[in-house]
Amino acid sequence: MGSSATWGLLTATFTASFVEFVEALTIVLAMGMTRSWRSALAGTALALVALAGFTAVAGYALVNWLPRSALQLGIGALLLVFGLQWLRKVILRSSGLKGLHDEAEEFREQEEAARRAGNEQRLGLDWFSFVISFKGVFLEGVEVVFIVITFGLNAHNVPLAAGAAAAAGAVVLGVGAVVHRPLTRVPENTLKYGVGLMLTSFGTFWVVEGLGVFQSGGHSLAWPGDDWSLLGLLAGWLLLTRLLIKVMPTLAGRDRGAAPLATPKVVEGA
Amino acid sequence: MRFIKGFGQFWYDFIIGDDWKIAFAIGLVIAIGAVIASVSAADAGWIAPTMGVALALAFVIGLVIDVRRG
Repeated sequence: MGSSATWGLLTATFTASFVEFVEALTIVLAMGMTRSWRSALAGTALALVALAGFTAVAGYALVNWLPRSALQLGIGALLLVFGLQWLRKVILRSSGLKGLHDEAEEFREQEEAARRAGNEQRLGLDWFSFVISFKGVFLEGVEVVFIVITFGLNAHNVPLAAGAAAAAGAVVLGVGAVVHRPLTRVPENTLKYGVGLMLTSFGTFWVVEGLGVFQSGGHSLAWPGDDWSLLGLLAGWLLLTRLLIKVMPTLAGRDRGAAPLATPKVVEGA
Repeated sequence: MRFIKGFGQFWYDFIIGDDWKIAFAIGLVIAIGAVIASVSAADAGWIAPTMGVALALAFVIGLVIDVRRG
């Protein structure tokens, strides 16, 4: 693998994983600072153990039991789900139909939920902090696992992708331990746009190649230009999202200049 | 029972997330693509770009529905 491809893999995996780890850190910090550090860290530790087990089992099953096309179809579909959810949010935010994501606001919401929750104790732990931390870290962690598998397999270097994800986790953990508050200065919306484009492009590429599992022989379908078509997909999704950001306010029946962004016409579920 | 409910909720949050229409759109395009792939020749070069366009179109339709409903 050439050095530019190596750097591309490192950058893509590091950035995508970084965003996921920031979200997990926000949840754990909210639980730790509001209720119980011991329970929040116990939930985090258990999630990491569960994640390691999930990765080992899923990785073995995926690589040894499934044909390549089925693997591409399954993981590509998940990448598309993540990528398109992120692009949807970016489009709604950038067109003023949804408030910008704010890690501090997310932290406040988590804090508020933590205060309202009951005081159930189990196994000597504050159960709410434990469960929420476990769920947050495991959920974001599974997304990182799929990102590592996809980017790593595509570049034929899973260990490097795993190393980049681990580095992102270490950086977020280190910064979080030092500042001891949510990482509000991270340009999360911009990062999510870039990562959403990457996930969606890879997801599209893999899902379509994976449709070959339904053909006789079950071999992956081919894109015109093979791997080079990834660049075309990236450009296509970029153009489409830029266009949607421009036209969405009009479709929503609102002139961007006529209504202030502070009072967005909020889209449900956004 | 509580564990099964929690397990189901986890995967629902993971796959469906904020907007069920995205997962539905992807599932629909995959189902259509599966039918097309199963009846087409192995070297049919038009399938991949067509399915790519179908995914983009399904995403746009879901987003427009969201925005029009407000």
